[in-house]
Amino acid sequence: MAKTSFILNGEEVSVEADPLKRLLDVLREDFEALGVKEGCGEGECGACSILLNGKLVNSCMIPLGAVEGADIVTPEGLRETEKGKVIIESFADTGAVQCGFCTPGMMMAAEALLEKNNNPEESEIREALSGNLCRCTGYDLIVKGVKTSAERGKDLW
Amino acid sequence: MNDEIRKSVRRVDAVAKASGLAKYISDYDFGDILYARLVRSTRPRAKILSVTVPELPEGYYYVDYRDIPEKGKNRIQMIKDDWKVFAEDEVRYVGETIALLIGPDRERILNILSEIKIFYEDREPAYTIEEALACKGGAMVGDDNIYGEYNLVKGDPDTAFNNAARVVEGTYRTGFQEHLYMEPQGMVGTWEGGRVNIYASAQCPYYIQKSVSSALGVDGKNVRIKQVTTGGAFGGKEHFPDVIAVPLAVAVNKIKKPIELIFDRIEDISYTCKRHPSRITIKTALDKENNITGMDIDTVINGGGYESSTLIVLQRALLHGIGVYNIPNAHVRGRAVATNTFPSDAYRGFGAPQGLYAIEMHMSQVAKEVGMFPADFKRKYFIKNGDMTITNATMKDNVKLEEMFAAADEMSDYTRKIREYENDPYRGIGISFVNHGGGFTGNGEQEIIKGLVRMKRTGENRAALYVSNVEMGQGLQTVLRKIAAKELGLKYTDIEYDNPDTDIVPDSGPTVASRSTMVVGYLIQECAKKLKGKWDEGVGAEAEHRYIHPSEYKWDQDTLQGDAYPTYGWGINVVEVEMDTVTYEVKTTGIWSVFDVGIPMDDTIMDGQVSGGVIQGLGYASIEKCEVLDGRFRQHTMADYVIPTSMDFPEIKNKFIDNPYKYGPSGAKGAGELVFDAAAPAYADAVQQLTGKNIYDIPVTPEMIMELEE
Repeated sequence: MAKTSFILNGEEVSVEADPLKRLLDVLREDFEALGVKEGCGEGECGACSILLNGKLVNSCMIPLGAVEGADIVTPEGLRETEKGKVIIESFADTGAVQCGFCTPGMMMAAEALLEKNNNPEESEIREALSGNLCRCTGYDLIVKGVKTSAERGKDLW
Repeated sequence: MNDEIRKSVRRVDAVAKASGLAKYISDYDFGDILYARLVRSTRPRAKILSVTVPELPEGYYYVDYRDIPEKGKNRIQMIKDDWKVFAEDEVRYVGETIALLIGPDRERILNILSEIKIFYEDREPAYTIEEALACKGGAMVGDDNIYGEYNLVKGDPDTAFNNAARVVEGTYRTGFQEHLYMEPQGMVGTWEGGRVNIYASAQCPYYIQKSVSSALGVDGKNVRIKQVTTGGAFGGKEHFPDVIAVPLAVAVNKIKKPIELIFDRIEDISYTCKRHPSRITIKTALDKENNITGMDIDTVINGGGYESSTLIVLQRALLHGIGVYNIPNAHVRGRAVATNTFPSDAYRGFGAPQGLYAIEMHMSQVAKEVGMFPADFKRKYFIKNGDMTITNATMKDNVKLEEMFAAADEMSDYTRKIREYENDPYRGIGISFVNHGGGFTGNGEQEIIKGLVRMKRTGENRAALYVSNVEMGQGLQTVLRKIAAKELGLKYTDIEYDNPDTDIVPDSGPTVASRSTMVVGYLIQECAKKLKGKWDEGVGAEAEHRYIHPSEYKWDQDTLQGDAYPTYGWGINVVEVEMDTVTYEVKTTGIWSVFDVGIPMDDTIMDGQVSGGVIQGLGYASIEKCEVLDGRFRQHTMADYVIPTSMDFPEIKNKFIDNPYKYGPSGAKGAGELVFDAAAPAYADAVQQLTGKNIYDIPVTPEMIMELEE
């Protein structure tokens, strides 16, 4: 057990836990960040996507010990921001959401893309979402959701 | 009116799901909970000689067949009840449930699990259809390993073959396919109100209630099932949840504490049902003018270790086995075999995709034999209203395939491209034509389901609907609200519809077989009319409506003769591909689809169904390889069982052709499976056209193309 401190959705937090505990479990169990989903536990599906120092990562692949001092954003944080609200509303309006299990992770991937590129081409959107798997939508409407987010939020990113 | 209902609305569940606020089974806090792991067979076929369980620490439990109450039985009551809750003296597949190990600490459970010793006497297993038919290791089921056989005959196929000028033959194979819903299987069992309660990610709450109550030997009402928000299913949460709910219920019944049973991904891929592999041999008799005079189709599917729903899957494979064609003389034979692989079960399409893949590939190959392009040849045989079906009833649909083909051709430029690509070694284009019967086969909606729905006025301008059908991503909670709202003149957001709880909702049947919108939606529409008539009775007014089979559709389940389905959805896919002639990698460059789903109940929701179904079908056709090695699925992680990503396929261009069905709500027909069916044959047809070599098996991998080319 060791104490690890980091910034979670803008707040300084710390936790006493095994530094090898998966960040996914820390976020879900210690901070009730239940928007972070476990889809595979092996870094393949992206359902547990979060932003770590602004970079899109799979939280199932990261041990707690590696995030000392880091800045972490989960769906719980993103949904409270103007950008997050634009993405959620755009996803809802374009039909990007079906079973919903991949969607919070998709939202994180959309945010990570739009921070770098606020006017992405379809191919750039498809590339940015390619680490996040979805079995329901065939991706077309998620791609549309990201495009719509970029259009609606062009002054935000 | 129809234009009004199809107008896209925002899904009722979208914002909560996108925000991460929707709660799936792993997001609930049941307080002081125990965890369960399955003790599984490591052998494909063996006698269990003995099981040695170490002394368990305080608070840990080992639950097996001896814990089933005396009044109950060690059987999972699915369609056939041959599957045991817990293996007793024999195992038939790797992963078969032998016991549950339960306790408060997950790490410790794993440690104890590794100390449990099971002693087996192995028998020689059979994994493939060929090994099963040869009764390798001795027959496991009956004296021939065959769960069941059916034969459908139309006209006089023997005479057609005796008089044939030539016969074209091909054998087509399809593999296992994993559902890979994003949320793995999971449920929690609790002891509340002196009975077992199950909270589950599932499609069919009443199926679970039936199998649990039957195993425990109690009345159905003594088991409560609550569906929780379900992260995808595709048929994988139709029967399989029963396989884990029943042992979990036995454990809760014994321990009387909440117990969680949630699979991790590797468990989920390794130890859940897959789509039935198939081997289908088709022979076509042609006369001197190259007209089809007869057809013989021999279908075999791999049911795995237990029968479960396999024969119903087989029936659907046969009923769709002749595709969208009117063949004057035909014999369709079907057998399902027992093997030592994980039992196969429901998967979007339920047998139809296998049958449709084979007939579509075969028809393209016959076209090539007679020197015609596939679409030109296939169109000559399109079934029409009034033609005789394979089950010797008239086709009652107004079949719009010609109009649909015209639309597909205009969008994709198929007719020009297939001629242009004939001598192009890099580009190819394929086409497929399919139909899919909505709802249960024959009169099953009446004889088996007898669906009942209820509605209630709950406020000045509010009503609630009570059905056992679930939202699993397909949009049902929005679509059924729209249907009810339309009749009542309310807004769809003024209709209440919770995840079903068997204590509250009547049994309107399972969420399967593309029936929820078409069949249950119609019941809701009719029930809403009744409620409207009682609206003035005030808040609390209730109405119920039960399914009645339309009398013009006749069916004999014993002989499989008559109207197999009251109506069909129809579909066309066109797929265009490019191939790298060095690596044989195929890239899909265009996808077009045209579907007749009656009237879409929401354009955007249906667009989502089309994209999701087509891409899942293209995965089945191209990359989703799932092999059995020593009785285990060789691809059992998401790194090696790969599904399409956002970069693998381009955007689908789709069009709907309206064709309202009189017993569907506002004209809607079933759609959820239809949208899967056409993709695999269109993709394989494109590769076949590109390479000029017949494709028989899917998935079509670069290795397979390399072998064909060399």
